[in-house]
Parts: sequence; structure tokens; C-alpha cells
Amino acid sequence: MTEHALTSELGALAYDAAPESAQIAHLQPSYGLFLDGAFTSPAQHEQFASLNPATEESLATVALASPSDVDRAVASARRAYTKVWSKTTGAQRAKYLYRIARLIQERSRELAVVETLDNGKPIRESRDVDIPLAAAHFFYYAGWADKLEHAGFGVNPRPVGVAGQIIPWNFPLLMAAWKLAPALAAGNTCVLKPAETTPLSALILAEILQQAGLPDGVVNIVTGDGTTGAALVDHPGVDKIAFTGSTEVGRLIQERVAGTPKRLTLELGGKGANIVFEDAPIDEVIEGIIDGIFFNQGHVCCAGSRLLVQESVADEVLRRLLRRVDQLRVGDPMDKNTDVGAINSAAQLERIRELTAFGEEEGATRYTSACELPEKGYWFAPTVFADVAQSHRIARDEVFGPVLSVLTFRTPEEAVAKANNSKYGLACGVWSEKGSRTLWVAQRLRAGVIWANTYNKFDPTSPFGGVRESGFGREGGRHGLEAYLNV
Amino acid sequence: MSERLDVKKTFKLVVNGAFPRSESGRSYEVFGANGRFLANVAQASRKDLRDAVVAARAAQAKWWGATAYNRGQVLYRWAEMAESRRAELVEQVQVCEGVKKKDAQLSVGRAIDRIVWYAGWTDKVTQVLGGANPVAGPFFNFSLPVPSGVVGVVAPQESSLEGFVESVAAPMCVGNAVVVVASELRPIPAVVLAEMTVTSDLPGGVLNVLTGITGELVPHLATHEDVDGLDVSGSGDLADELARLAAGSIKRVYRARLDDDENPLRRLRTFVETSTVWHTIGQ
Repeated sequence: MTEHALTSELGALAYDAAPESAQIAHLQPSYGLFLDGAFTSPAQHEQFASLNPATEESLATVALASPSDVDRAVASARRAYTKVWSKTTGAQRAKYLYRIARLIQERSRELAVVETLDNGKPIRESRDVDIPLAAAHFFYYAGWADKLEHAGFGVNPRPVGVAGQIIPWNFPLLMAAWKLAPALAAGNTCVLKPAETTPLSALILAEILQQAGLPDGVVNIVTGDGTTGAALVDHPGVDKIAFTGSTEVGRLIQERVAGTPKRLTLELGGKGANIVFEDAPIDEVIEGIIDGIFFNQGHVCCAGSRLLVQESVADEVLRRLLRRVDQLRVGDPMDKNTDVGAINSAAQLERIRELTAFGEEEGATRYTSACELPEKGYWFAPTVFADVAQSHRIARDEVFGPVLSVLTFRTPEEAVAKANNSKYGLACGVWSEKGSRTLWVAQRLRAGVIWANTYNKFDPTSPFGGVRESGFGREGGRHGLEAYLNV
Repeated sequence: MSERLDVKKTFKLVVNGAFPRSESGRSYEVFGANGRFLANVAQASRKDLRDAVVAARAAQAKWWGATAYNRGQVLYRWAEMAESRRAELVEQVQVCEGVKKKDAQLSVGRAIDRIVWYAGWTDKVTQVLGGANPVAGPFFNFSLPVPSGVVGVVAPQESSLEGFVESVAAPMCVGNAVVVVASELRPIPAVVLAEMTVTSDLPGGVLNVLTGITGELVPHLATHEDVDGLDVSGSGDLADELARLAAGSIKRVYRARLDDDENPLRRLRTFVETSTVWHTIGQ
């Protein structure tokens, strides 16, 4: 039996569908903005639809916040900061955050369903990663709220004031938690702008904030598009901008904020190198490569999108990798067996197609999973490019999709040089059984996060963020407080 | 017997551990606070700046590759050299800034003490800004402060030596290499102090000092894609524009605040990156 036939046979292993129920989401047909502790009437605003990317059907409509809506949100946050939150003790703030964490846990199934419907990510991931980590983030920062003077930023660290926070569509609730939890713990009030294509879980979070009794105006949520984000960035009443998204937009924001008193933190793009040495345990490596690039459809800024394999094992790694890629279950995100879900939007799908077309044009060898794709919705089959050169666009540009570029190296020095040959510097992986070599490589990689013999792990205690054009500032851990303290 | 004619010194750039003139061949006149001519000083060009960045990039790996203990020793050696040439620094600060001798002495003393202070930080900063993170899983996870890389500095215009030391020693002590544009009108104390790095075992290229017209040079520092961080504190009215230009390559930008209670670690923190390593734990 040939290798290829074996692969097809394994790929054909059937599972019964195991769908989670969409009814659990309890979505309303339309949403207003969350301002000053209450939802505005949807009728007050221009509405736009949030689509389920797996079906292209509208899930709900949400408000497109105008500059005057943003103005109201900032005024509300300022009022809450001056009158309430800055007078609330750290211990009190902590208790609100603990309540929020608990409520996220209690409504976790609903949140997971909403997240998967709105984003297209597999329910397995929203259930096991996004939602538990969001709750954990609130738990972690809750404990900091009354211990700030022990955080290493001086004896009386003060909050910044009103924080404008703009988050991406790849981990909608988790990114909201990453932004809100440290900001609130440090004593700031917030205006949060969710991504245009994934606003729904943040609106459920708004309900949770109400249930937690968080004082009115401490968190305001303005759904909208790029114009809403721009209004927030430019608003003179905002003391701090925290942005997660593309390097392209981050650059524009840094320009616009330059020359103002606003503080800025940026968590931007990446082109993570996943470095495999010949002594690494191959079975684990294959799973690590898969997690590194196909987790969340590759919509991950720290994705291991450049595989660097030592030449001596490159053929074997590629052969086994391709076999594994063929076995990934691509399809209905609500199915509990699904590994790879839907691409988040038509625009993102177009970008992935465009960049992968360059890959072929520039001479890389393309391998595409033979998986069947649903007819409706936005889908892209897991794709691996071999024979990639460092100059190829697929080795330099962030694809932000399920597309892996494979390059090889001979020596550790060459691996480091190739890994660092990028304008980005967010995350890297190193696979080797030799601890001293792993640390030698880790010391030389220009990246904010380095995973040794693992990939795409996140924890509220662990600082996350990039170097170079991947941005500045950290989220998570003691370091994450700095972004929201006047120090 | 005629009076001895003194030997006038030409002040040149300090780039890559050497003292070149500007490749442009230009120099400009520097006057004391009292208006008297002091010296001709090299007027660096964009090309000199780019050469300095290349030297800094190469030197940074070597500097960061040295042990923290060694970096501390080298910076302390720099302070020793400055102390032994204190009289010269005092004289230059006095004429350049137009202050009384006593005040110049105090200022030079503070500048040297500041180098000592930063020398002591080299092997403390990892513990103070780094740490272990108790992640919920079988991993040993730690965060280390690592240098941003090459830091461009626009040195303060008024404080010719103290301001210079504060703005270069902070990024250097955490392992960065520096390209600094010295005070335009008062460049001499900075050049004299930088000359001493060459006899302090500081690897050539870790500290590069350019003298010249601030407004001509610093936009190129802000737009240079191989410069990772930028201290605009000394750029006056240009600061906003420099900060905007620096956004082109997402530089870390530092700007000294006017308030006196400025946290002295902010400058250090601006030019380090927190690098976090997750290592599996298993049998």
C-alpha cells in the first residue's frame, strides 16, 4: 500500500456529527451601544450585521458608533473615573473583577457558542481556550487591584485615566479580557471598541458587567468599524490607547498619537519562526507545528507560520506533517470534532488567497489538504508551502490564515539568523531535547515570547507582546500593569 | 624666550571606537557661553549617521553578549576615566554652559556618579524587571528584560554633560548600543567624555557620538529602520515630529517628563523588551 493511499484511508475515517446547540447563544436581534452602564436603543444608531462566517447568515445587527457616540462614551468614562472609580479602593475594585470572572465562568457555555458563531473558530477552542482564559485573566488581575504598591512601579502608582482600547477579531472575548482586566485593576476606566466582524461576545460581556454591578460608565463598549476606532484614537479626552491588530494600522495609530500626551501600547503582527532541531521528538514536533499554525485557522498574531527545520530531518518532518494536515477535520465550527473552522470574513479570505497565489507564483511548492469544504461560508483548506526562500512574500508577510511556509537550516547559527530575518518579533518556537541549545537559541531570538517544545500557550501570569514591528508593551503578568499605570 | 603656543584640539566624531571627521568634510564653529570661539567641531552628515547605526548594530551583539558583570565593570571603568580627567570636564562644562567653576564641578561630579549608578544596574536589572511566572501548566516560564537593540538619542541641548550621561548611560547599561546626537551648541563635554570610552574597554560602536546640526540629523535617526528606540528628550520643538516619524518603524519613543518625580527606571524600561520563555517540564 502506498503512503498516499494510507493517508486517504485515514482521512476518510468518519465521525458522526456532534454539534453544539446554537440556541444556547440567546442573541437579541439587534444591539445598541453600552454607554454609562446601560444599552442605548438600537434604533438610535445606524446598524450593521454581524455574520456567522461559517454560513454567511446574519446573527444580529449591532450599532455603528459615530464620533458623537464615541464622545458620549469617553465623557461617560471620564465621569466614572473622576466621580467613582478613582475613589473606589483597590480592594473594592478587586471584588468587582472577581465577580466578573465568576460570571464569565457561569455563562461560559453561552459565551463559547456566541464566540464560535460570530468568529468561526471551532467550539472546542472557544470552550477550552478562549473563555476559560478570559475568566482566568479577570481572576489574575483582580488580585493585583489592591497590591499595586507591591508591583515594582514605586510606592504609589497612579492610574492613567481613561483608556481607549481597540481589539481584533481573532480572540474577541479574550482580547477584551486582556484589555479590560489590567486597566480596571490599575484604576482606569475604559472605552472598548470590539472588532467590526466580531462584536457579539463583548456585548454579552456588557451584560455580565451589569450583573456584576460594576459602577456605570467604568466600562463603555462602542461597536463599529474603522471610523469608530479612529474617533477613539483621536479623542482628546482619552489618556491611553491600547491597540491589538495589524502592524499597518498600529503604525497609523502611533503616528496619530505622536505629539499628544496619550500613552500607547501596540500588539501587532508577527511571522513566528518555529525551529525544529534534528534531535527533537518528531511526534511531538508534528503536533506542535499543527498547533502553531492551524490553531484558530492561523488567525493568530503569534502563529508559527514559518517552519524552520534542520536539513537532516526535513524530509521526514515534511512527510509526516503533510500526512497529519490531511487528517485535520475542517468544517462546521459548532461540531465538537472540528479542528479547523471558518475564515473570519470574506475580506480575510481574499487576503489569504492573494498571498498564497504569490507563494505559487514565486516558486514555492504548494500542498493543500484534500479536505472537503462546505459550500456556504468562508473556508480555506490547510496549506503548506515547501521550498520557500526567505525572500518570498509568504516567508515575510503575515498571512493570518492556515498557511505554513517551510524553510530549512543546517546550523543553530543559521536557524537564529533566519528566524530573526523579519521585521516582526512576536513569538518563536524551539524544538530540541537539548536544554542548553534551546536556551542558547532563546537568548538570541528577537521575539517577545519563545515557546520551547510547545507552542501557542497563553496564561494570565505570562507577559505577552512583541519587539520591533510587532509592537511594544506587554499584556499579562506583573508587566501588564505597566501599560495602565502612570509610571 | 617667546610664550609657548598652545595646541588647539579639533573635536571629531566618535564612531565605532574611532574618531573620524565627518565624511562630508564639514565642520562648524562652537562658541562658549560668553560668545568666544572655542573650537571647530565636526558637522556630521546623514551618511555619518548611517555609518554610526551600522557600527552600533554590530557592536550591540557583542555588548549584550558580554556578561552583565563585565558590562558593569566597563561602565565603572568609564567613570574612573572620567574622574581622572575631571578637571578637563569641569573646564569644558564651565565654558560651554557659562556656569561658575564650583557649579561646573558639582555638575561633573553628579555626571560621573550617575555613570557609577548605571554601572551598578547592569547585573540588577534582570532581577528587578524580570521574573518567573507561575503559569497553570507543566512549564517553567520566565521573563527577562533584553535590550531593544540600537537606540537613537537626541541629547539635551542645555545640560551638556549631565544630560548627556543620563540619556546614554541608561540605554547602554541594559545592553543597547547608542547613536547620540550631542547638544548642537554645547557638544564638547560629550565628545570629551565619549573619547574616554575608548580607554574603558567599551567595545567600539556601543557609544557613537555625532556632533552637528540637530535639526538636520535627527529626522534621519527617527526614520532609520534599523534603529529600535528613540529618546527625543533633547529635540525641543522637533520632538512631536520625531515621534511621528518614529512610528514608521514602530520605534519605542522616550521623552523625559517635566515633573521632578519622574521614575528613574522609566528610561530603562523604555529601552528593554520583556522576553518570555516557556520551557516544558517533564521526565
